[in-house]
Amino acid sequence: MLLIGYGNPGRGDDGLGPAFAERIERAGLPGVTVMVDYQLTVEHAFDVAGAGQVVFADALIGGAGAFRFTEAAPATDADITSHSLSPEAVLTLARTLYDAAPEAHVMGITGQDFGEVREGLSDPAQGNLDRAVEFFLDWAKDRR
Amino acid sequence: MTESRLIEISPLTRVEGHGKVTIHLDADGYVDEARLHIVEFRGFERFIRGRLLWEVPVIVQRLCGICPVSHHLAAAKAMDMICGVDQLPPTAEKMRRLMHYGQVMQSHVLHFFHLAAPDLLFGFGAPAEKRNIFEVLQQQPELGRRAILMRKFGQDIIEATAGKKIHGTGAIPGGINKNLPLETRDALLAQIGDMEQWAQDALALARGYTLDNADLVQGFAAFPSNYMSMVRDGDGALDLYDGNLRALSADGDLIFDHLDTRRYHEALVEDVRSWSYMKFPFIKDLGPDHGWYRVGPLARMNTASFIDTPLADAARSELMDFSHGLPQHATLANHWARMIEVLHCVEKIRELLHDPDLQGSDLRATGKRRQEGIGVLEAPRGNLIHHYQVDENDQVTYCNLIVSTTHNNEGMNRAVKDVAMQYISGQPQISEAMLNHVEVAIRAYDPCLSCATHALGQMPLQVELFGPDGALLDRKAT
Repeated sequence: MLLIGYGNPGRGDDGLGPAFAERIERAGLPGVTVMVDYQLTVEHAFDVAGAGQVVFADALIGGAGAFRFTEAAPATDADITSHSLSPEAVLTLARTLYDAAPEAHVMGITGQDFGEVREGLSDPAQGNLDRAVEFFLDWAKDRR
Repeated sequence: MTESRLIEISPLTRVEGHGKVTIHLDADGYVDEARLHIVEFRGFERFIRGRLLWEVPVIVQRLCGICPVSHHLAAAKAMDMICGVDQLPPTAEKMRRLMHYGQVMQSHVLHFFHLAAPDLLFGFGAPAEKRNIFEVLQQQPELGRRAILMRKFGQDIIEATAGKKIHGTGAIPGGINKNLPLETRDALLAQIGDMEQWAQDALALARGYTLDNADLVQGFAAFPSNYMSMVRDGDGALDLYDGNLRALSADGDLIFDHLDTRRYHEALVEDVRSWSYMKFPFIKDLGPDHGWYRVGPLARMNTASFIDTPLADAARSELMDFSHGLPQHATLANHWARMIEVLHCVEKIRELLHDPDLQGSDLRATGKRRQEGIGVLEAPRGNLIHHYQVDENDQVTYCNLIVSTTHNNEGMNRAVKDVAMQYISGQPQISEAMLNHVEVAIRAYDPCLSCATHALGQMPLQVELFGPDGALLDRKAT
């Protein structure tokens, strides 16, 4: 399983994705490879194509609960409009270029404080991160 | 047509950050004014104040996730100066250069293959649903796979030299914190042959596009301007990491040359305009009306005397021949210039990987402490200036950054107006294809508005057309 946590830790709760990935890496789950990056870019398609399962972890704006864990799939209308890609665009690239279709999920962790140049997570985001990590560790133990 | 109108393109696609274009039409439907606006601003310079000088090269990477290495290295160079270090140990300078070439290479590859390719292959006016990277990849999947492997190669170099992808710590004030292990070197060298071949193939594509579409290229946002970049001390060669500043007029005459980068503020002034958060730099001696200039890959081809790697130098000569030895003004020629720089970076990477200094152990120099530091380099999008002052407690008291997109502010605005006048003036209805022409012109500069304004994010294109009374007349979105 490949876990990619992405976001900018210098932008407040935008750092939830990397923080999640680092927590999972520290947990040392066998069979789980963890990557951290500022954003998803085209070369992640190469990594994703080589994984049987992939989880994208990102901060979520305006989420109703602590986190949202959903399945992801290549999008028929995906485009690359920026240096930064969506999980669906990465999956579409992996399918288009490498004929790969890994099982994919997105872990969106709700944040509150985005955009300003600030280090560290807000208190609500920290609590949401704890709940997301707890859920994931339980979910992953049967999936690796 | 009897009423004036306002068209907005907001935000821009395949451009980083929050920006919008407004196009004012007069009562006859002709373009009266066209502007690129920056719609958001967050003060990074203020965030830096009070930070310890040692942590600045790491913190500045949080400016933006698009080109963190450029900020990392520019800040490190500024902190070298504060630490009294004017000459790094060879291992430190070469490790930093390797990091920088890896960064420039991977940034240019992404822009050309994934952001610009749909426009270049299908045409600016092609249907939006076809003008899509996945259409390109369906037709040429091998091109897409190569581009990804070139990106990965650049990222691997960054990871090997900076330490990690997020908040790399490789460059430290006065030097570098590690050398390059032999096994890492050998793994990179094993790929260099493919990289060089693919860089030449990409260059052939960009060159071929320009020559095959010479009339379009020379007539699309092609306007005279001044150019500025850093060039190598002494011989004026292209140098992306270190050197002095050189500025040329539109005719190729020197405006200034061999200007110590630490004196940039004596030559450049940053103007402020009420309608944009992004400043408008200009050459002080020429004033705001005549002193604006462009930076970036094409500017570097224009200003450099030559390139010190043979394949890229031969390619630059061809580009210069295309403009009869004079500065090349066509905005779209940036793509050709960008691919020349990719080849140059690959050549430099090969050269460095064969240099035993990368395995040296003298990693850091020290010197007599100063209060002020200025670090300048040529980032993928153009010249980048970091300027700091620190107090006796090593805390930053002053910070000023001039990023490439800010240098190019006036040039991008001129490009927007030029294309709007050519493709939108006198048209009764706007179409997505017409508006894409405007975006193509902006995109050719590969601007990073996130970085220029210190904000993050991008959204789909929205276009709004207003009547003189402010009522919304038309709206388009892609």
